Amino acid sequence: MRKDSNFFILVGTIGLFVCINIFLMASGKLPFSFDGFGVILGVGLTLAIYSFLYKDNPAFKIAENLYVGVSLGYTIIITWFNFLKPDLYDPLIVPMFSKAATKAPQYALIIPSMLGIFMLLRFSRKLSWLSRWTFAFVVGLGAGVSIPRVISAFILEQTKPSLHPVFSGGETIFSSINTVLILLGVISVLIYFIFSVEHKGTIGTVSKIGIWFLMISFGASFGYTVMGRLSLLIGRIQFLLRDWLGILQ
Amino acid sequence: MERLLRIDRRIIFAIITIAVIVSLVLRFELPIPASEPVLGIYKKIESLPKGSHVMIAFDYDPASKEELQPMAVAFLHHCFRRDLKVIGMTHYPGAPGLAEQAMTSVANQYQKKHGEDYAFLGYKPGSASLIINMGENLYSAFPKDFYGNDTTTLPVLQGIDSLREIDFLFDLAAGTTIETWIAFGKEKYRFELGAGCTAVMGPDMYPFLQSKQLIGLLGGLKGAAEYEALVGKKGSAVIGMRPQSVVHVIIIIFVIFGNIIYFISKR
Repeated sequence: MRKDSNFFILVGTIGLFVCINIFLMASGKLPFSFDGFGVILGVGLTLAIYSFLYKDNPAFKIAENLYVGVSLGYTIIITWFNFLKPDLYDPLIVPMFSKAATKAPQYALIIPSMLGIFMLLRFSRKLSWLSRWTFAFVVGLGAGVSIPRVISAFILEQTKPSLHPVFSGGETIFSSINTVLILLGVISVLIYFIFSVEHKGTIGTVSKIGIWFLMISFGASFGYTVMGRLSLLIGRIQFLLRDWLGILQ
Repeated sequence: MERLLRIDRRIIFAIITIAVIVSLVLRFELPIPASEPVLGIYKKIESLPKGSHVMIAFDYDPASKEELQPMAVAFLHHCFRRDLKVIGMTHYPGAPGLAEQAMTSVANQYQKKHGEDYAFLGYKPGSASLIINMGENLYSAFPKDFYGNDTTTLPVLQGIDSLREIDFLFDLAAGTTIETWIAFGKEKYRFELGAGCTAVMGPDMYPFLQSKQLIGLLGGLKGAAEYEALVGKKGSAVIGMRPQSVVHVIIIIFVIFGNIIYFISKR
């Protein structure tokens, strides 16, 4: 009985959606063109995704799987035309096999191409060991390039504002208070994360201040997250009211 | 009292949806004062002389479109109005469609021509490696633009060999690309960097403002609305501030209400 009611709700909603679209197209509010059908498709998928808020249902599942498939297909096409074709196929493969090519093949590209192919050999039991060469290259290069840059950008440069003088002339009282707060926040949170010392006495008091700083930062993050998720909802409802129903200008 | 604590979450969803729809349909103005991080980017663009090169990294995809596309459009209006040369690129495979749409539509309003006044280089994978490649030689990183044109022949790129010659880089980010631009781009090749990000990422970016590794930041739809108001091109972000403010008040009321009921029920 309950399954039947869910089925009727789904069919009824789809029927209502179809009726609204027929009315919008008949009244000329939606153009009878690819643009118009594009808007209807967008609206249908938006409503299908949001229908999950009521309950999991087949319309949501279809939209979810469609999203995964379409985004993967789109990524493959974009990667071919923006990367593989201009950076590998055109400079290496075309000159090798085309007599009309004016430029010599860039044989140096064979090495990174082989390393890339080795990565895919993880799917083969016999040849998966070759992928370790690629991983060794990626890890070695990545570590070598990243470590100095990350230390410079995220540790040394970030330490500077923490060590900024409270008052060195030209600052307002508020910027001096900010500097003190930053210093207090950094020290208290660092002490909170020292677990080799028991959090008692002065250490305990300072680590409690650290917890307060952490809680305030979690609260700020949560507030921003609410704002972000709400922005997505507002954007979708703007699309429904403006592009589909024509209520908003 | 227990019933109030176990209220069906779908009722809350319905209230939020109705609040958004009503505040979008009813028209009322709210003040949108610009904050310091947003002014940082605005003032930088105002300070650049005509013909300066600005690079925009469209590092987002349709999932973050609602927050970052209004930023991109408002920023492009500002750049083209100031007669700056705009170069677009992206680290995200899902971005080219959105980036091209934004650049073309705004450029057409100012009669700007592709190749002469602006260029879209398209998508390339690689992240940090790509930035280092661009920092050494822009043309080896992007031998062709999004439309297949040879980048060495584009007049808009004249005078630009690498990231070192870029006057300002603006990263619109839905992921970790701001940190990547800072570590592998700004710190190494010494260009001015500003960013726009989703609201979720906003708090994590403030330390970079404090250390002046970012000269400005647009955070979420609010940042976009502030920039739209500054450049005088009020669009979807400014309209979105009405439901944003109304629903924030409702959520605050829900939080206070929930806590009161919780403490009363504990007695």
